[in-house]
Amino acid sequence: MLLARVIGNVVATQKDERYEGGRIMVVRTINPDGSDAGDELLALDAVDSGVGDTVVVVREGWSASTTATGTAGAAIDSAIVGIVDTVD
Amino acid sequence: MQLARVLGTVVATVKTDSLEGRKLLVIQPLDARYASKGQPMVAIDSVGAGVGEIVFWCRGREASFPFLPSQVPSDCTIVGIVDSVFLQKGE
Repeated sequence: MLLARVIGNVVATQKDERYEGGRIMVVRTINPDGSDAGDELLALDAVDSGVGDTVVVVREGWSASTTATGTAGAAIDSAIVGIVDTVD
Repeated sequence: MQLARVLGTVVATVKTDSLEGRKLLVIQPLDARYASKGQPMVAIDSVGAGVGEIVFWCRGREASFPFLPSQVPSDCTIVGIVDSVFLQKGE
């Protein structure tokens, strides 16, 4: 899993039906100290995160699909599964 | 998932049976500001995307799921067409 910061979101009308009702967030990976690690990706939100939040992103299909949509088998490769309070 | 721009189409007459009828597109992965990132790649379309559009795509085994119960061999499938990307101020 990755530490990341939510920097935005994507609006898409035409999308795979399994994405309906989910929010597609733009996240940037970060280092444990909070500095940018540089990579950007899209992740489906499973925990009501918001722009500016530090989050945990899972990058594996079964986990991402199950947490973000409730069932496995969706074409989703990354999901936000937690909002980080602190990293010690 | 990642953003990408659709650059063009791929025509392949000889292909595996399970790819029959599928649309192959060349996409350029993008960052959140639509700047190119990495190498162009070939994606299968599942949403009716066209050349010039900004899309997002799914990697890995999950990329074959939109076509179930057909077993389509894909590790890169376009799963949405982007209307707009909103970024936090300063990003």
